[in-house]
Amino acid sequence: MEPAGSKPRDGLMTTAPVTPELEQAAIRAESRRGFLIGLPAAFYLVLFFAIPLVLVFVYSFATRSSTGQTVLAEWNLESYQRLFTPGVLVIFLRSLLRASVTTAICLLFSYPFAYYIATRTPRVRNLMLIFVMIPFWSNFLVRTYAWRVLLGSDGPLSQLSQNLGGEPIRLLFTNSAVLIGLVYGFMPFMVLPLYAALERMDWRLVEAARDLYADGWTAFRKVTLPLSMPGVVAGSILVFIPSLGAYVTPALLGGAKTVGIGDYIVSQFLAARNWPFGSALSFGVMFVMLLATVYYFRAGAKTL
Amino acid sequence: MANPAVELTGVTKRFGDEMVAVDGMDLSINDGEFFSLLGPSGCGKTTTLRMIAGFEFPTEGSVRVHGTEMALKPPNERPINTVFQSYALFPHMTVSENVAFGLQMKKVEKSEIADRVKRVLDQVQLGRRADAKPSQLSGGMQQRVALARALVNEPEVLLLDEPLGALDLKLRQAMQVELKDLQTRVGITFVYVTHDQEEALTMSDRIGVMNEGRLLQVGRSEEIYEAPTSRFVADFIGEINLLDATVVGPDTARLGSGVEVGVPTGGAQAGTEVTLALRPERLSLFDLDEELPSGYNRLRVRVTRRMYFGDVYFYDVDAGLGAQIEVKEENRPGVELYDIGEEAYLVWSPQAANLVMA
Repeated sequence: MEPAGSKPRDGLMTTAPVTPELEQAAIRAESRRGFLIGLPAAFYLVLFFAIPLVLVFVYSFATRSSTGQTVLAEWNLESYQRLFTPGVLVIFLRSLLRASVTTAICLLFSYPFAYYIATRTPRVRNLMLIFVMIPFWSNFLVRTYAWRVLLGSDGPLSQLSQNLGGEPIRLLFTNSAVLIGLVYGFMPFMVLPLYAALERMDWRLVEAARDLYADGWTAFRKVTLPLSMPGVVAGSILVFIPSLGAYVTPALLGGAKTVGIGDYIVSQFLAARNWPFGSALSFGVMFVMLLATVYYFRAGAKTL
Repeated sequence: MANPAVELTGVTKRFGDEMVAVDGMDLSINDGEFFSLLGPSGCGKTTTLRMIAGFEFPTEGSVRVHGTEMALKPPNERPINTVFQSYALFPHMTVSENVAFGLQMKKVEKSEIADRVKRVLDQVQLGRRADAKPSQLSGGMQQRVALARALVNEPEVLLLDEPLGALDLKLRQAMQVELKDLQTRVGITFVYVTHDQEEALTMSDRIGVMNEGRLLQVGRSEEIYEAPTSRFVADFIGEINLLDATVVGPDTARLGSGVEVGVPTGGAQAGTEVTLALRPERLSLFDLDEELPSGYNRLRVRVTRRMYFGDVYFYDVDAGLGAQIEVKEENRPGVELYDIGEEAYLVWSPQAANLVMA
């Protein structure tokens, strides 16, 4: 007996024995249903992601008129050539360096922390994860403004230094301030994947290593670290990419000497009104990110 | 006499304030012995093993290995290796890297490591899978890698935590024989934790039965099976009928139904409450008009159930004692069958039963 409410699907339900043709038809019907499920997201991505990207790509070959208008004619590679001028390269390198240092600091601080969380009891674990996520509940811009107060020359840090008889600390509008802001902003993106990797970790493997005469540190190096590499790779990419293109943090905490690629692109679109060059810069960043990601995945995969 | 391979004295392990996993345990395991710790899950046998390995430290007591106090030493400083229940093979290393791990940690010379790894892998018939990853191997093969990884270090004591639990029946039986042979060949002391009584009985030189954190009885397989000293041990090992009885005189006890039966009382005072332990295979059923062997005990019973197991028939019979009595009769050619409801005599030799105090 058929359960109530069940209907023949796609008219394929027959009482005849199955033949290879009918089997193929049933498989095609399955895959059609899969496609339909994926359709809304695919539609959304094409409309709001792919089309703008194509627009930016087209603009990057266009010309800027003397009044700052973008002329969609006279297609050329001038904007791309400008990417390789010293002034632009310095900004690129500064961003790369800053993103790398941010990633390294985040990794260094987050690994022990994620390890600590992952080895607590489930109750404590969940509580600590909530603490990690609390910053997400408030606006990133607001939190970055708060750092302006903290790092300012009359802020608490500077006050403390002066009370102890030292010099006032001038951190705001320096590279250090931007770095502090980036590490602060992106740390949770490192902690969470590391935690996920360590939480899945089979600790009996560490016991096995200890049983086979490895001391605590060696067991970590030979077993825990290699097995948590997926978390290291995921966390590093999640921190590196947004800090490479970061805009808000350098704009609020940095100064003229801290311009990164993110705020430089913004200035091309707004102040300089050079859309073709801004577009070319965007594609330059995407290319670097792609290279970095591929390289990192490859390097990470080797140790897996 | 040489020091015992493993010696536990007054070992207690508490987790928090409430939970006592192991309670005042004294145990001495001889050099070269195949010793099994047997008990139901949660009885403390794995905790005991983990204290010998160094994964847990005892709350009180002493753990000696060949006379050296080890209770608080970390696992890497003990001349002991473990075969884990889940094998715990390193998934990111090949079979030979797994096996070489311990020797590398001990800073053994490279050429010697290669030799010893090759030899031990050949010994467990995995020489040709040296470069495979553990995930590419079957359960039985992974089991043998785990064994090779421990044995290659030539430990003074090898701990095995239910190593055959994950294998299917045929493979498990084959591995039991293989393990026992291996142990005889290498002469290393094995401490084997299992909840499978058959496994313990067939492989062990001696067995320790545990329940609720206490070691109840230690002895050879035959002693444990045939002369259990407590109701728990009698009940846990194999099938058994436990009948309440009272000693009424030398080698005589009265059952709940008032019938008196012969049983070795071992000097117990008349009036002592005891439990009569009877293995089903030591019991037989006889027709009411059949001649009975002289000197045997007999009870008039009614058959309430018959089950066919291929090699044996199991009967449940009612002797008016409350609980049913289980009888196991071998399926020989021409065996006489009893139907449900039929009356018969349940017959056994007085020597076949033994008394368990209370």
